[in-house]
Amino acid sequence: MLVDLNTLKTAGPTITALTRPFWDAAAEGRLAIQHCEDCGKAVFYPRPICPNCWSRRLVWKDASGRGWLKSFSEIHKPGHPGWLPAAPYVVGLVELAEGPTMLSFILAGTRPLHIGDMLRLAPTAIGGRVLPAFKPVEPGAEEKPK
Amino acid sequence: MNQSKGAIVGIGELKPQRLTSGVTTLEMIAEVSRLAVLDAGLEPTAIDGLLVGPQVGETPQHVPATIAEYLGLAPTMANVVDLGGASGAGMIWRAAAAIEAGMCEAVLCVLANNREETAPRSPNRNPIREFDVPFGASGANISYALLMQAHMAKYGSTARDFAMIAAAARANAQLNPDAIFFGKPADVEAVLASPMIASPLHLLEIVMPVAGGEAVVVTSAERARSLRKPPVHLLGAGEKVTHRAVSQAPHLTSGPLKSAMARAFQQSGTRAEEMDLLSLYDCYTIMVATTIEDAGLCAPGQFGAWLSDHDLSHKGDKPLNTHGGQLGFGQPELAGGMTHVVEAVRQLRGEAGERQIAKAGLALVTGNGATMSEATALVLGAA
Repeated sequence: MLVDLNTLKTAGPTITALTRPFWDAAAEGRLAIQHCEDCGKAVFYPRPICPNCWSRRLVWKDASGRGWLKSFSEIHKPGHPGWLPAAPYVVGLVELAEGPTMLSFILAGTRPLHIGDMLRLAPTAIGGRVLPAFKPVEPGAEEKPK
Repeated sequence: MNQSKGAIVGIGELKPQRLTSGVTTLEMIAEVSRLAVLDAGLEPTAIDGLLVGPQVGETPQHVPATIAEYLGLAPTMANVVDLGGASGAGMIWRAAAAIEAGMCEAVLCVLANNREETAPRSPNRNPIREFDVPFGASGANISYALLMQAHMAKYGSTARDFAMIAAAARANAQLNPDAIFFGKPADVEAVLASPMIASPLHLLEIVMPVAGGEAVVVTSAERARSLRKPPVHLLGAGEKVTHRAVSQAPHLTSGPLKSAMARAFQQSGTRAEEMDLLSLYDCYTIMVATTIEDAGLCAPGQFGAWLSDHDLSHKGDKPLNTHGGQLGFGQPELAGGMTHVVEAVRQLRGEAGERQIAKAGLALVTGNGATMSEATALVLGAA
């Protein structure tokens, strides 16, 4: 993948008032997800009610940015023409340390990807906006203190 | 007074507004559903049936799955009721009928709509469009590639194991002159040599889109006795809807068909091993692999060995998709799932011609939608 991802003509998110905090945080390089103040569960994607207990007491918090790779695929034939210049590229299912799973763009590390790899948030400009992409944590890399 | 057919136990209502601003129908459905379930004094987990209206534009397809995922529900009966102004009333008796049929116990019937001053440029506003597509994941191929990769990593299943499914479908299609791949067999090597679409998924492991159509007529067992063809009986059914987006799947290596098939076997008093025909939904090779395992025909992760141990042709010990499956026949969009019903009826009537199976008493038919997330199973029996 040699193309500058930021120049891709890809489809951006369809933002609503409810989901705007997620995308505003993404633009600043943060990953914000909802947390339920009643059952304590983290929620992704954003909703007006907690999908676990249906409480409306959802608050936004920054996620740790840590997760692990549940599955991935190297895309050779993208479903959207805007991604053709980037192919092959990798998307994956990222289980966040907070619990929920999200689909994301996975940046290349120095080694081949494997399911179970630890991942770290890697905000990346794609198609003219910063998205919460992820990259593998290199083996032996020290976790920096927060 | 006649015996009650069902009871309405909770209601919810949103205050009408002339216009909404930046609110999706899904958000409103969540709000009003919560009110009705609170009114009923039920826990959300008690809701196991879901009837919804069509949402033209915003969520063009897979409407019940999208709403179930949004609400955190996993219903064992889910459907769209599309009767215009009669949809609400139409939901009530369908809910009662589904409960009477033993498919579920508590049905949420919900309709809502936003009213934006200017329609968004892209009408599709579902969570996949907002949270998957911008990251480069459009279309079903990627979802099933992610499921396949997870199976390989968890169980060590191989590309060759999966390719056997596509090769068997092509082989069976050689006895179906109507199949799109009639006259075009493909062996395991050909499947593995076909282009990589989304790793680990090869081109020949994906159905070919085609035009087509399928139809069936259902009547009562009593009425069926006086008609010209031998009836094929519905002996049991099961359904389960767990999610819409692959990222929200509760499991990657087992799907909702596991529960749907269990209910169908339980209702019919049959076991997977007793099926004379396996008519299994096969949009991708991984779908058949997971279904064989979820049916209990082999242990989880062992589908490859199971395939090697059995003959899947009409002459074999485990006939599977004798019409060629959709991998061999082609997928006429939503009618593709019905091909598995129609072939089962042909076999159970003894009308399958040169691909007729010798013993045709029981058939398992499965249907699957979205990202291994919408599942229906039927056990059919010969007259």
